[in-house]
Amino acid sequence: MATRNARALAAALLLVGLAGAARAAERYGIGRAATEAEIAAWNIDIDREGRKLPPGSGSVAQGHAVFEAQCAACHGARGEGGVGDPLVGGRGSLASAKPLKTVGSFWPYAPTLFDYIRRAMPMTAPESLSADEVYAVSAYILNLNGLVPDGAVLDAQSLAAVRMPNRDGFVPDPRPDVR
Amino acid sequence: MTRDPDDPPARRRFLVQGAAAAAALVGGRAQADGHPEEAAPPAIPAWMKTPGADVGSQTYGTPSRFEADVIRNVPKGLKQYTSASSRTPLQDLDGILTPNGLFYERHHGGIPDIDPAQHRLMIHGLVETPLILTMDDIRRFPSESHIHFLECSGNPGFEAIKGKTASDLVGLVSCAEWTGVRLATVLREAGLKPEAQWVVAEGADAAALTRSIPIAKCLDDALLVYSQNGERLRPQQGYPLRVLLPGFEGNMNVKWLRRLNVTAEPAYSREETSKYTDSMPDGTARQFTFVMEAKSIITRPSGTQRIAPGFHEITGIAWSGRGKIRGVQVTTDGGKSWQEAALQEPVLTRALTRFRLPWIWDGQPTTLMSRAIDETGYVQPSLSDLTAVRGLKSFYHNNATVPWRIAESGEVTNGYA
Repeated sequence: MATRNARALAAALLLVGLAGAARAAERYGIGRAATEAEIAAWNIDIDREGRKLPPGSGSVAQGHAVFEAQCAACHGARGEGGVGDPLVGGRGSLASAKPLKTVGSFWPYAPTLFDYIRRAMPMTAPESLSADEVYAVSAYILNLNGLVPDGAVLDAQSLAAVRMPNRDGFVPDPRPDVR
Repeated sequence: MTRDPDDPPARRRFLVQGAAAAAALVGGRAQADGHPEEAAPPAIPAWMKTPGADVGSQTYGTPSRFEADVIRNVPKGLKQYTSASSRTPLQDLDGILTPNGLFYERHHGGIPDIDPAQHRLMIHGLVETPLILTMDDIRRFPSESHIHFLECSGNPGFEAIKGKTASDLVGLVSCAEWTGVRLATVLREAGLKPEAQWVVAEGADAAALTRSIPIAKCLDDALLVYSQNGERLRPQQGYPLRVLLPGFEGNMNVKWLRRLNVTAEPAYSREETSKYTDSMPDGTARQFTFVMEAKSIITRPSGTQRIAPGFHEITGIAWSGRGKIRGVQVTTDGGKSWQEAALQEPVLTRALTRFRLPWIWDGQPTTLMSRAIDETGYVQPSLSDLTAVRGLKSFYHNNATVPWRIAESGEVTNGYA
């Protein structure tokens, strides 16, 4: 009798154990939920349509001042490059023997320029520029490339409306292409 | 002649092919190795006459002081070192595992000094329950260990391939045993919504580097890793947490991982548009070129080494982002004929594979080269085959064969230079 009870108990424990394992394979109950406020504070991703561009604005003239203070030391007085990459010029060069890849000649989407500057620039103090400053310096770099006029003021809507010349210049990976 | 029954096939072939040459060398060994008779070391050297250093005199061991020149290959004279790379000294290493201190580096905003107690991973976007995980949380998930290579996509470029050593040429590849949790496990913990197609990974470095990973890879063999070769990740490799995407270009394996944004579209971040895209002769650029194709290099003999006539074991490494290495062929006559090298077991998927071929150098100038074949049947191409299709400006994903020129003096130099 005692033996039979022990067997029944063991079988019941086995069943519970299996059910537990099945549930555990889906969810482990590890971690905690992130709040909307936490996500909003952490998420700085701007997609190519600019749907999450923040409030704020900046002019080409304001951007010129920001650029001289924050960018010119590495990227050159007019974005011609130096320690940092060239940002200006190179239009029409991509199919030549000396392609010059810059914001103007190569960068496909204007909103992701905002994304990159905000998250990574200036290299010595990333994420230190205000949204207004990032709009302004984006406007200045686009202006140096002839993509917005001297009087341009960019915000979420107008930055997203800038059509970059190399927007359609990217193609999918065809490899293996050499056999 | 007795023969070890465990002799690998390549060794047996060598014994047959090289028997005549070997017999010719037996009589003239002293001349053949080019060295005069050297004085023997003292019968009882100094290090046998007094006790050595105490147990625990190094609480974290380092290599012998006589190995002090086996170090990362850091390029000299760069404009800045915040966003740059250093290379693994491939020609000084054996086997397939790269010591953690010699693993190649590529950083875009320097190496952050992260306190794991303050580090968090956020998972949000197209998920049912956005999550925040501590490092302790992440280590509670079921863990796995796998050996995989990591390779920078620009290893090397297609122009001016003038490096002297194997490290100069393809030292942006390393291999380790990685331990962590499957990315799929963590994503399922948050619950993927049906529209989820990409996962945008962000690093907690000063570049806040972001790359987009297709969901199929995330649910396949992708890992979130916290350990490398048995110990916690080094800061240079993403301490305390990184993405590991077996076979995919290094830049996508986001280090110092702090955020996973599950999306319907790629981020089209700077690193997957302005950088890490492959420029073609017609001016277009290939995008989302993830896989590192099959590649190999002879690491011994290799550039800057000097060999003497006689026996040499040719050895090197091969790898493929598409799976296992099926074979490696080696030419010792500049490509006129190719021999099958022996592969060291275990041959693992998307890991370095060590190959070896015994060889007797007859003292005549020649060129050595290896070419890898992976399990898909893909054969490592020559540089001219690659540039005929892609031109000279694509910069990334050069997996061409590497020729080593052997001069009459025995000096080994880069066959491209």
